[in-house]
Amino acid sequence: MTKMIQMIKVGIADLKVTKSSEKLRTSGLGSCVGIVLYDGSLQAAGMAHIMLPDSSLARKGEFNRSKYADTAIEDLFIKLRRAGADSFRLKAKIAGGAQMFQFTPASEMMRIGPRNVEAVTKKLTSLRIPIEAQDVGGQSGRTIEFNPLTSNLHIKTVNKEEIII
Amino acid sequence: MTFSDQFSDVQLDVLKEVGNIGAGHAATALSHLLERKIEMFVPSVQLADFDEVVELSGSAEEVVVSVFLKIEGDAPGGMFFILPPVQAERFVRIMTGDDSFTIHHSDSMEIGVSALKELGNILSGSYLTALADFTQLTLYPSVPSLNIDMAGAILSFGLLELSVVSDQGIVIETCLRDPSDETKESVEGHFFLFPDPDSYGTLFKALGVSAYD
Repeated sequence: MTKMIQMIKVGIADLKVTKSSEKLRTSGLGSCVGIVLYDGSLQAAGMAHIMLPDSSLARKGEFNRSKYADTAIEDLFIKLRRAGADSFRLKAKIAGGAQMFQFTPASEMMRIGPRNVEAVTKKLTSLRIPIEAQDVGGQSGRTIEFNPLTSNLHIKTVNKEEIII
Repeated sequence: MTFSDQFSDVQLDVLKEVGNIGAGHAATALSHLLERKIEMFVPSVQLADFDEVVELSGSAEEVVVSVFLKIEGDAPGGMFFILPPVQAERFVRIMTGDDSFTIHHSDSMEIGVSALKELGNILSGSYLTALADFTQLTLYPSVPSLNIDMAGAILSFGLLELSVVSDQGIVIETCLRDPSDETKESVEGHFFLFPDPDSYGTLFKALGVSAYD
């Protein structure tokens, strides 16, 4: 009898952590970035789907920390540490940050994809978490799925073969 | 009070009327363009979580044909016209007379893309003109952008301006349907209007509704 592998869905501006064989999945990343932090030897992993680069953009006091690159990565880091992950073993894989629309003149919001990728990279570097692999930029949407058992990130785009990083 | 809690029933009704007028004109334009009857559904205004917004036209991963334009002027925002690929193909076939057209076939793609862009231009232009006339506001559309991609990747862009103040989106949605297509019950085109957060006050004021009540 084969055991069904459960799938955990990560929504927009959402964050989930798993410490079992459950896969993590988020759909339809455009300018948003999907961030996976994982401890391969513990098979613990977390995924966030961020929309915006920095929580300083928030225009009200309380905000959803999973929406911004800086706060989402901090929370992923803390949750994985709590789950027993060793901060020296934590690695990251990221995907997304496309520029879906080309308008001239390009406004700052139009460049939000590349800005999200920059912010994610900066935050991970400051926490000394190496980016093991990435598939970012371009002009296409992505659906990503992370398997904590293999540390593989599966990336689907429209009209292209699935890639694994 | 959160951003989305501040809207009264009257204000939501006004937003519904905005969708009604815009899409009504767009449906007429589409009907002329295709020389056939196009039905318009009663518009809806929904307060929805981001995940719900991107799933309004199907799943976040579902491939859709989208025409997006930025609205600039007195009440900035974004507007999407979303079609399932099958329906986009139908429209292009009617417009070009090329019955073999598919959006995945590269030979006929160039003409098809022009036709789809033209369709998007006409529909979004008529929606926006009606909206500007109704509100007496100055609204400029950008050149429309045509995308064939995952609904989530496309629609999430419309939520960005709103996302700095809210975790919910206000979706002014209107559906169009071609009644001659008897093969399915499904709705065949969606308009989504996403005013920027600061534009709601301007829209309410222009339509004689108090912005704060």
